[in-house]
Amino acid sequence: MFGRFAALREVTASFDDGRLYAIFGDNGAGKSTLLRVICGLARPSSGKVTLLGSSDLRSVLGGVGYMAHAPLLYDEMTGLENLHYFAGLYRPVDDDKLRDAIRTVGLDPGLTRYVGQYSQGMKQRLSLARATLNDPKVLLLDEPFSNLDPQSAKAMSRLLGEMRDAGRTILVVTHQSVHVAGIADESFWMSAGKIVDRQPGIRAAESAVRS
Amino acid sequence: MLFFALLVVVIFSFSFEPTSEEAQRISGGLMWVAFLFAAVVALNQTWARELRNQVLDAYRVSPAPGWSLFLAKTIGNFLFVMVLECLMAPLFVVFYNLRSVGPESMLALSAVLGTWALVVNGTFFAAMSLRTRAREIMLPLLLFPISIPALLAMVSATTATLTGDSSPTLALEFLAVYDLVFTIVCLLLFDTVLHAE
Repeated sequence: MFGRFAALREVTASFDDGRLYAIFGDNGAGKSTLLRVICGLARPSSGKVTLLGSSDLRSVLGGVGYMAHAPLLYDEMTGLENLHYFAGLYRPVDDDKLRDAIRTVGLDPGLTRYVGQYSQGMKQRLSLARATLNDPKVLLLDEPFSNLDPQSAKAMSRLLGEMRDAGRTILVVTHQSVHVAGIADESFWMSAGKIVDRQPGIRAAESAVRS
Repeated sequence: MLFFALLVVVIFSFSFEPTSEEAQRISGGLMWVAFLFAAVVALNQTWARELRNQVLDAYRVSPAPGWSLFLAKTIGNFLFVMVLECLMAPLFVVFYNLRSVGPESMLALSAVLGTWALVVNGTFFAAMSLRTRAREIMLPLLLFPISIPALLAMVSATTATLTGDSSPTLALEFLAVYDLVFTIVCLLLFDTVLHAE
């Protein structure tokens, strides 16, 4: 609850290891709030969240990666400097690993431009690199494909599929079902704070569009 | 901030012309007024970079303890404000023809302890104010009342050293205890502030 507004209502769901879940829904359906509740950025007014076997979310945050609408990056630092800084929040930093992470998302680790001068698409990709710095077991991605050109979106989709195949549990909030069509194991449709449909693949989105 | 301090010094020096003895007596208070307002201007910007792009969410979902972020910000603010004070202090010396009767080391100690008192609470309250709309007004509203005991001690210690009328020791001891207590309290409570919705 936010004041008198219920962003999520009676949401009960479980997510299995090593699967990719796509979350669709109207604007204001509670999709982003669901991700924020799962990673502990928002506390539920009632009910509980168990993540990686623990209801003490702070104790398992080392195994969680979160990518929000906003890039969660410092405009005043370069891409590598940003990743170096955030990697240090988790463990001692290996610069080679950071450079690899930047290359994996299709960016140049040698780029000396500050992130404030990046395009939205570049920020989005660097934000994904930031979210995966700590080798998370659970990845929560809010609109990862927004602002990406088709080629970059395809590359990101392929990358997410590889991460899922490597055993990560991935929750992706997106309006663009085409980018998760080949990789989503299950999809949800949310409306007015509730999960109203849950189906294999992206059928939840297809059903919602048809109805 | 430096310009603001210059303004304070110049306006005060033109608005009344104290005798040498009066200058020694009042300049401690004037200096800390200038330092306080300059510090508030600096402290209001403490979390500006984190507000852009919601960077604090990245901290909140990391296992890094909140107190480490707070300590880093506080030390950064402390160094910045100390540099400002080092630049501003000579202006007071020139405009008020100040000569310290007591040892300069006591003045330096007053500056260090007093600045830490302002900065540790200022950094904490700046974080508390993040979620309010009028955050630039909230910080001074929260900071000034809680800083009054420390401000009185700072001014007392500085004036005592400049005039040599009394010993600054008691005021400095008070400041040291104030700094210790509020540093511990802020470190313990910062996690709650960081993770508050």
